[in-house]
This record gives sequence, C-alpha cells and structure tokens, in this order.
Amino acid sequence: MSIDRETARRVAKLARIKVEEGDLDALAGEFNAILGFVEQLNEVDVEGVEPMVSVTPMRLKRRQDAVTDGGYQEKILSNAPDAREGFFAVPKVVE
Amino acid sequence: MLDLTYEAPKPRVIAGATGDWELVIGLEVHAQVASKAKLFSGASTQFGAEPNSNVAFVDAAMPGMLPVINEGCVALAVKMGLGLKAKINLTSAFDRKNYFYPDLPQGYQISQLYHPIVGEGEVIVDMAPGVARRVRIERIHLEQDAGKSIHDMDPHMSFVDLNRTGVALMEIVSRPDIRGPEEAAAYVVKLRQILRYLGTCDGNMQNGNLRADVNVSVCRPGDYEKYQATQDFSHLGTRCEIKNMNSMRFIQQAIEYEARRQIALLEDGKSVIQETRLYDPDKGETRSMRSKEEAHDYRYFPCPDLLPLEIEQAWVDEIAASLPELPDAKKVRFVTDFGMTEYDASVLTADVESAAYFEEVARGRDGKAAANWVINELFGRLKKEGHEIGESPMTARQLGGILDLIASDAISGKIAKELFEIVYTEGGDPAAIVEARGMTQVTDTGAIEAAVDEVIAANPAQVEKAKANPKLAGWFVGQVMKATGGKANPAAVNQIVAARLGL
Repeated sequence: MSIDRETARRVAKLARIKVEEGDLDALAGEFNAILGFVEQLNEVDVEGVEPMVSVTPMRLKRRQDAVTDGGYQEKILSNAPDAREGFFAVPKVVE
Repeated sequence: MLDLTYEAPKPRVIAGATGDWELVIGLEVHAQVASKAKLFSGASTQFGAEPNSNVAFVDAAMPGMLPVINEGCVALAVKMGLGLKAKINLTSAFDRKNYFYPDLPQGYQISQLYHPIVGEGEVIVDMAPGVARRVRIERIHLEQDAGKSIHDMDPHMSFVDLNRTGVALMEIVSRPDIRGPEEAAAYVVKLRQILRYLGTCDGNMQNGNLRADVNVSVCRPGDYEKYQATQDFSHLGTRCEIKNMNSMRFIQQAIEYEARRQIALLEDGKSVIQETRLYDPDKGETRSMRSKEEAHDYRYFPCPDLLPLEIEQAWVDEIAASLPELPDAKKVRFVTDFGMTEYDASVLTADVESAAYFEEVARGRDGKAAANWVINELFGRLKKEGHEIGESPMTARQLGGILDLIASDAISGKIAKELFEIVYTEGGDPAAIVEARGMTQVTDTGAIEAAVDEVIAANPAQVEKAKANPKLAGWFVGQVMKATGGKANPAAVNQIVAARLGL
C-alpha cells in the first residue's frame, strides 16, 4: 500500500492536524517509510500463533458498580477556554 | 416451555407507479444500561443532575486517565443477551471509534466492533394474537455514550454537558427481518418490555435512555425471499440509516416517509445513495445528515488501554439462573394456567408490575374473573386518570377481597362495581365496607318475595301485559332490584317474579 499526497491530506484532516500544502509530499513519504517498515513483519510466519494482546498475563481490571467519582463541576470546567452556567461553551456546532 | 403458535405477518406493500414495492428494515437500538456508575468511571449516571457534575476526569479525557470497566455493566449486558436467547461471548474486546465532536472529549468512543460481548439471538415480535415476527438479533455490544450539546441557548455558541459522556450503552443490532413501520415500532416495544422485565435498562425514551437507528431499504416482491434463502444482501436495495429516534410514532412516520422517498427516486430512474439521515418530525421528512463522506471514516482500532474482557462460563450460568420469567413464557403460562385469551394474556404481561398485580389477585381465585376485573375495571379506571399500575390506589389484596365477596354470593355483580368505585376512591377493606354500608346481597327468599309482591300489587296493568308477553317480566325484575337497592340476588328475583306471574 502506498500513501499519496491526497491520502496524506485526508489523514491529516481526519486527525485535525494542520499540514501546509508544501509539507504534504514529505509527510506522504514518511508514512510510506513507516508502512514499509511494518510490512517487513509480514515476512514472519505466524500461522497458528494466538495474537498477543499483552506482555503480562493480566486479567482486565474491573470495578464494582458504585458511584465513587464525579461531583466536581468546577474542576472539570477549570481548563475550559469558555464556560457558562456550568456548561462548556464552544463555537456553534450544528448540522 | 409450551409455545403459542403464530404465523408471520404480511410485509407492508407500497404500490408504486411501476409496480409494488416492499420494505426491509433493520434496527440498531441503543439502550442505556441501568447501572449506577458509568462504563469506565465511577461517576454517577443519574439523569437530570447539574451540568458537568456527573463527570470524572476519565470522562473528561484528562491526560493520563485510564478506563476501568464496570463489572455491573458487563453483567447487565450478559443478562440482556441471555434474555434474547443469544450466544454469550466469553471473550470480547474494546475498540476505539475515532471522530471529533465537542461532546466527545476523548476524540473517540470506546465500543466493541470486532468482538462484541453478545452474539446471535432472537426476539419474537407480537403483532396480534397468533401473528408474530421472529426477528434475528445479530449482536449486542457495550459502548460509551457521548455527551450532550445544546444549540439553542445562545446564537453563537453551543453548550456542552458531559454528564452523559461515558454512560454505558448496549447497542442491540437486529438483522433486516422487519417488514413494515408497525413491525418496527412493535419490535422496539418488545425490546423495551424485555429490557424492563430484566431490569437491564429503564426504557425511558423521553430521557433518551432508549434510542433507535433505523435502516430502511425497498425491494420488489420476491427479492426479500431470495435474500432470506441465500443471506445475500445484493438481492436487497440500498439502505439509508435514520439516526437517533426516541418515539414509536416518529419511527413509523420516518420509515413511511423514507420508503416513499426511495421508491420515488428509483421509479425516477435515479438510485438511492447509502447515507445517514435525520427525521424532522415538524416537517415529517428525512434529510441527509452528513454530506462529508469522510465523516464515516472512523479508523477503528483495538483500544490499547483495555485488555480483552474475559468472563467465565460459571459467572454466565449464575446470571442465567437469576433470570426472571420473561414475557413470552409468562404469556404462555397465563393462557394455559388461567384459561384466558392470548389477547388478555398480552395485556396482563405487557409489564412486570401488571403481571405481578394480576397474579396476586388471581392467587387462589378464579383466574378468568380476576383477569376480567384487572383488565376491564382496574386498567380502565387507571387509564381514565392517566395512571400507571404502580400508581394504583387499589391494592391487589383489596381487589381480591372484592372478588371473594362476589364468589361467595355476598354481593351482586352490580353492587361489586359500586364497591369497586368506593374502594378505588376512598380505600378501605372491601368486606368491612359491605358490612358497614349494608351492601350485602339479599338471598333471603322471604325478603325478596315480599319485594316482588309489593311491585306486583302496585302495578296491576303491567301484570296483565306481562302475562300476555312474558318478555316484560324483566321490567318487574328491574323494579325489584331498584326497590332493594340492587342488593337482591338477581337469579332469585328472576325465579320468584316468574313464579308469581305464573309464567
């Protein structure tokens, strides 16, 4: 798979990262280098090998269903550029 | 379990200019899991709290915060799966669905795309006695809800409340087995009934705790059968998804509109574009929601913060053992044990509270009479005042008391209705009320005879008429009932009137 300029533009847009027009080709090149590196892994024969999801034999940690957190509106809003009446206030987004 | 036999309903057919069309519908229902805390944080799920107060740092996606799964939510999802006779996957896993929106601070929703916790199951959707649709369930997965954006508080700003962010949802995905707008609504009703029986979701649609995305396509008669035979979707038309509906009425209206829109396009030689649409109830139409195609590129990948969710069969068995009797089984039992009609059984099993109320009334009494009184008198009276069964001023014990008085011939049917009204409005013990107010049925033949004689003596002209036309005896019975304040045993009155008139 090869990443062209348009794909690089699209990926950047999806990630909400601003990339200057002049930097797109370089970015596409970097993507291709990474993909090429990862593709080498395909040479390893993994037939019949269970995918490993963790390096430690751990069980997913669980909680009981109990309210143990929350109740600090002012802390949640303390980093907000704009907050009104307990809400985050953001530039209008409506479909 | 005994099964009631049923046949499938006829699919909805819409006549177009170029021939008939049929509808094919599948639903994705999002049900809020009835847990106290969120799926991955310890913040409360309580509805209606101050904005942004039920929010933990995990929910607000503060750097370095990690999700820890709520075992209670997992248990409820398993319970729902068992309720839909579905396969429970002992290993499931969480994935990230990436998109940007102000009410999604993580920038992704944690969901289960590749390995859902619940696999294939089924729902029997009742349409009428003896008519039901079997709808296959494809999967149920656990996922996080997003926050809430409010757009109408300020002309230039949107306001965001994260209280809902991270609340656990079960997404229940059906196969495209639903064939009309009414069936779609009935399917949601049935799911809600099962959710409530199981206590896995409160089913409150107004609060948004139960929402449906509806996939609609149209095809020619015969095409759907080809799909069913092969499971090959190419026999079906292109579908559109109508998002986020929280009313049975809107679901039906939206499907109706959308089907007609698609038919018009196709008959015009155009094609249906697969897209997400929104239903506007004010205009009664659906409209395209996301014009940008890339909005659909969610770049799913396994969530690196969460190990796979592994549960033990023994734990699943424990949950299975705790399942209550479900609506279908209860209905069958009511029909077989109490000899009532399937219709009555459906009414009584519509919700757990009604069924429990009825069973308490019927215990040790005549089931048919109990069903009659609960459905016709009590439900009728409650409906008149817009009350739910849980708000009934009359307890099952009180209604049972009235039934006992009828069964022992202590009161007549007519008096029973008066007594019902008194107990409903004033409360109290039915037997004590009958005693205190002298409502006991007169079965003393002497007293009835005296009353009959009195009426006959006072109306000689009517007596002559009745002798000529025996049907008029009823008039005397009425007069006697009136004279005794409705307390005379009607059978005894009939008999004595007939004897005295020489009929």
